[in-house]
Amino acid sequence: MTATFKIWRGDAKGGEFRDYTTEVAEGMVVLDAVHDIQRTQAPDLACRWNCKAGKCGSCSAEVNGIPKLMCMTRLSELPLERPVTVEPMKAFPILKDLVTEVSWNFRVKKQIKPFKPRPPDAPDGTWRMQQDDIDRVQEFRKCIECFLCQDVCHVLRDHQMHEKFIGPRFLIHVAALEMHPLDTEDRIEELRNTQGIGYCNITKCCTKVCPESIQITDNGIIPLKERVVDNFYDPLGWIWKGLKKLLTH
Amino acid sequence: MSNYETVEHDVLVIGAGGAGLRASIEASAAGVRVGLVCKSLLGKAHTVMAEGGIAAALANVDERDNWKVHFADTMRGGQYVNQWRMAELHAKEAPDRVRELEAWGAVFDRTKDGRILQRHFGGHKYPRLAHVGDRTGLEMIRTLQDHGVHQGIDVHMEHTILSLLKDGDRVVGAFGYERERGRFKIFHAKAVVLATGGIGRAYKITSNSWEYTGDGHALAYEAGAELIDMEFIQFHPTGMVWPPSVMGILVTEGVRGEGGILLNNDGKRFMFESIPGNYQAQTADNEEEGWRYCQGHKDARRPPELLTRDHVSRCIVREIKEGRGSPHGGVYLDISWIKQKMPNAAEHIKRKLPSMYHQFKQLADIDITEQPMEVGPTTHYIMGGVRVDPDTQMSRLPGLFAAGECAAGINGANRLGGNSLSDLLVFGKRGGEFAATFARDNPHGQINTDEIDTVAREALTPFESRGRGSENPYAIQRDLQETMQNLVGIVRTEAEMREALERIDELKGRAKQAAVTGNREYNPGWHTALDLKNLLTVSEAITRAALERKESRGAQFREDYPDKDERFGKVNTIVSKSADGSMQVHLEPLPDMPEYLKQVIEEHR
Ligand SMILES: Cc1cc2nc3c(=O)[nH]c(=O)nc-3n(C[C@H](O)[C@H](O)[C@H](O)COP(=O)(O)OP(=O)(O)OC[C@H]3O[C@@H](n4cnc5c(N)ncnc54)[C@H](O)[C@@H]3O)c2cc1C
Ligand code: SF4
Ligand code: SF4
Ligand code: FES
Repeated sequence: MTATFKIWRGDAKGGEFRDYTTEVAEGMVVLDAVHDIQRTQAPDLACRWNCKAGKCGSCSAEVNGIPKLMCMTRLSELPLERPVTVEPMKAFPILKDLVTEVSWNFRVKKQIKPFKPRPPDAPDGTWRMQQDDIDRVQEFRKCIECFLCQDVCHVLRDHQMHEKFIGPRFLIHVAALEMHPLDTEDRIEELRNTQGIGYCNITKCCTKVCPESIQITDNGIIPLKERVVDNFYDPLGWIWKGLKKLLTH
Repeated sequence: MSNYETVEHDVLVIGAGGAGLRASIEASAAGVRVGLVCKSLLGKAHTVMAEGGIAAALANVDERDNWKVHFADTMRGGQYVNQWRMAELHAKEAPDRVRELEAWGAVFDRTKDGRILQRHFGGHKYPRLAHVGDRTGLEMIRTLQDHGVHQGIDVHMEHTILSLLKDGDRVVGAFGYERERGRFKIFHAKAVVLATGGIGRAYKITSNSWEYTGDGHALAYEAGAELIDMEFIQFHPTGMVWPPSVMGILVTEGVRGEGGILLNNDGKRFMFESIPGNYQAQTADNEEEGWRYCQGHKDARRPPELLTRDHVSRCIVREIKEGRGSPHGGVYLDISWIKQKMPNAAEHIKRKLPSMYHQFKQLADIDITEQPMEVGPTTHYIMGGVRVDPDTQMSRLPGLFAAGECAAGINGANRLGGNSLSDLLVFGKRGGEFAATFARDNPHGQINTDEIDTVAREALTPFESRGRGSENPYAIQRDLQETMQNLVGIVRTEAEMREALERIDELKGRAKQAAVTGNREYNPGWHTALDLKNLLTVSEAITRAALERKESRGAQFREDYPDKDERFGKVNTIVSKSADGSMQVHLEPLPDMPEYLKQVIEEHR
């Protein structure tokens, strides 16, 4: 059996969809088809990949218009009687073919205040944490930095507010740090100001595309928004925070 | 000479996996300027894929554990051809390296009393692997990456190093290209740390990604460093076998650590039949004991599924060869059976092995809480690599250091699961530390521009070779993978390996004709053509070393010499480039082990 793939070819200057027809077999994923095309018809077709098992977050693209990991998208899930379109993520500038310029994400991350633990709990320099207290943080730390959530978020994709909004990936990064039981840093003010949490209007599109099924909005962004509100409008919250600081330092 | 962009660092680290990141952090903490280069984006190196855990004798779960037991386990696993000093440092320092990760924000699974939880793994006497479900590598690389970027390390993502630069014997930098535009770049440095990982792409069935083309091994070899133990390739017993497109993808040993069992098509648990002599005393002799071990009962011994990887792989190959395999040419790995033992088994499996659950569900339509998986051996790890000083990680070339999978010595003939992640941390740190010292003690060396021009010219030939008689680089890579898989795989013979050498020679000729279309901008065809040289070099090194070791030990199984041979138990194979450019192999006696360590081994027989 064969199938046709409409793959976007081009670079920053422009490009077009080109059709490639290739043999498909049981169990194949979109990335396999792209590789077959690369091997036999278009050796210079650019795409990123590493693990081929949904673990590294390299192979992000839009398959039939939906942000996906190519290595985890089975051909059997797609209607193969029509051509399958494969195109690069839209929220980032194009480098070539399926490869986008994602370095903005790395710059954003660098601006987030790093982890700052409280002093160790035990004389041997270790800490004690209960599993229940870290479940949430572990959920956020499953993130493989595929940036599919960034791609789908309208604030970045449609409004291109990359300078004012850090996007869902980094909101849950901040959430993971803020909810880390050992962390003592305070990131609430910049969350509201430079990081632009207010731009998120909880459409939950990010959560829908996350290949790690992280509850980005419900478990991450909404609780952070609550903290921001408490911090800025709630005098009791202020006192509590002051106390917490006193207790942990 | 052409004008190339030049960047200057005190220490240049090549590779951004666990070893490279840890080395960069250490060097930068020592106050020198660090540059870090990697072929992919930051955080995508192989380390991200590690699943099961990091081995360190923290003794959080079993207080009987300590560095001595870990050392003895590592040496036994490596069949005593390990560099004892590396195994010693590793066992002693791993616990501190793991605790340090926690101080940098890693969130490991916890024990009931709130400490870092540890799990059982093959060849480790006590539960020793600190882990986060089955995504430990992700936790580790992300922690190091996030800590590292705040330390002022200059990261050059999507850059590939093509050769090391020398001033006399000393290594003084590296030359490579960036993927985006395909432009060349000179990295001038006072010390260079190789942390490029493994060679899995030399084989057809592998758990490794496109990055694993043995670059560090080949770069070091070409520059004049020695490679050691190259015959020892770890074939992990459990890779996916179906569907074909996922063949080779890893199924973590953690499945067996949690109680998973191996079955043939008669439903028989065949691992009980062949427990090697030196492991008999430590292995369960009935199924109930094996299960109790996985449940943490301290008086129980490990089930035979958790014997060392080389052994389990060979047993699986035997079952398949003798017609007792599963429909797609593997055997069964079953974790769903534990529902006979615990009420909420499905939930437990999903919690302990979430990415395995996900992987099988999405890629193979198999629910591992209900059905057995089909698995077979996959090329996973190379024990061999750059020969280094155990304390400083420096190769025989001044200024050239190596750490992680591309360096060698700690694992001997076979690596225990979990010992790689800890190796990356322990020796990454050491490599970074001593590279920084070297960089402080030495001024920048001279760069030879003629050499660079030659490398650049060679790298561009695939664009000129278009036309008659030219070769598709992907096809050459495939043919090499077939050759290594079929002729230098799990079971080896002299005749087959001689044939492999001939084919490698032919492939070298073909690689010179490799041609690519398109331009230099992000062109995977070109990158594949450039990787061929390294793949061919390491393939030859593996084959020549395997020929030289005329015995079976650890990961090397020779059908023509099926037994262990005392004489080879005292030597390592060393591969180096001779003056005439040919590859030479010689045997060298193991360094003498001090009495106190011999005693440790005796005490833990
Ligand atoms: C699926 C899987 C599961 C595993 N599970 C475990 C486990 O549970 N426990 C365990 O201990 N071990 C495990 N291992 C082994 C372990 O993950 C690896 O051995 C280890 O991560 C290697 O780390 P590294 O730092 O040496 O190299 P890597 O993490 O592989 O990094 C290599 C780096 O070098 C770069 N590089 C390579 N060549 C060049 C070049 N020419 N120029 C520039 N950069 C270059 C790459 O881009 C990459 O950044 C597993 C391996 C696999 C494949
Ligand atoms: S929920 Fe917020 S962050 Fe997520 S896609 Fe919608 S606007 Fe963006
Ligand atoms: S949160 Fe999910 S979608 Fe977003 S980058 Fe992480 S893994 Fe990808
Ligand atoms: S290749 Fe790693 S997520 Fe797809």
